[in-house]
Amino acid sequence: MTLSEAKQEIVVTVNGEPHRLVEGGTAHDLLVAIGLDGRPVAVEVNEVVVPRASLPECVLRQDDQLEIVTLVGGG
Amino acid sequence: MADAVMDGAAIDGGETPLRVGGFTLTSRLVVGTGKYASYAEMARCLEASGTDCVTVAVRRERLLNAAGENILDHLDVSRYTLLPNTAGCFSATDAVRVARLGRELLRDLGNAGSEWVKLEVLGDQKTLLPDPVGTLEATEQLVADGFTVLVYTSDDPIIARRLKDLGAASVMPAGSPIGSGQGILNANSLSICLEYLKDGDPEYPVIVDAGVGTASDVAAAMELGVDGVLLNTAIAHAAAPVRMARAMRAACAAGRDAFLAGRIPRKRYAMASSPETDRIHSASAPTV
Repeated sequence: MTLSEAKQEIVVTVNGEPHRLVEGGTAHDLLVAIGLDGRPVAVEVNEVVVPRASLPECVLRQDDQLEIVTLVGGG
Repeated sequence: MADAVMDGAAIDGGETPLRVGGFTLTSRLVVGTGKYASYAEMARCLEASGTDCVTVAVRRERLLNAAGENILDHLDVSRYTLLPNTAGCFSATDAVRVARLGRELLRDLGNAGSEWVKLEVLGDQKTLLPDPVGTLEATEQLVADGFTVLVYTSDDPIIARRLKDLGAASVMPAGSPIGSGQGILNANSLSICLEYLKDGDPEYPVIVDAGVGTASDVAAAMELGVDGVLLNTAIAHAAAPVRMARAMRAACAAGRDAFLAGRIPRKRYAMASSPETDRIHSASAPTV
């Protein structure tokens, strides 16, 4: 593989913590990498909700801010 | 027979269920899922309360322990309509974000509650009182975004009416601060809220939310004419939570029946319950 073909890594923020992934990776790829793709979660990218069906098309960019949330107990 | 006594709808067969926006609830108690000692106890309490609607919160998922338990493992989502809240939001911006995330979570689950939200926009951490300005802003934005908004507010009738005018499907005045257990601190203000909110619109749902401490608080709220009560801490932190959940259920039914039955007025002086005439009395006894 030449240098020009090697994929760059980008860094995004997930729940306040930095995460690295391959450039061109999608929000779905990120969920899989973290192990959350089978879990009841919702995803926000840069303060906009990305529906589950759209996650595979949501290509992440450097410095994107993600929130991955779930339901918990509350009043 | 005991169940019939507990079930308000069975006693008063002609009564309509609680309707909020497009939702119909068979119970007039909405119960929170927070603060329980365990998920198992939570499940037992919800069952004992007779509720068919429970609130849930939206929080960041753990990224490390993906195999951990989720509350959904312990909630029968075919039995309970989930009402996501925006607890912990101190701005309209955050509340709108959380409401939208809650909607996405419930759509994913296929739960009926996906288009509604319990809106809270808090003013400060110590009192957890609602920020009226942020609450008005968020209500307007969420109504425009198609949500059925049940909005947590104070017992101020002016703000309550403004929230209804903005399109809130239910206004939910606090009895006292969240988790404080002080019950209805200002029945006068709450009564005026009811009067204003139901003016020309007697079916508009008003739900007391926050501050319930024990069963008599629920009964008192229902006797004033509120349509439902939302509570969490009073059950979850009672010494015997399942027993308290049963008590809340009974209190809600009792208060509702008392309201519908039409109470006697309060009088300054006495009015005897036994006949005043044809009494026997001795010649020496007082004659009044």
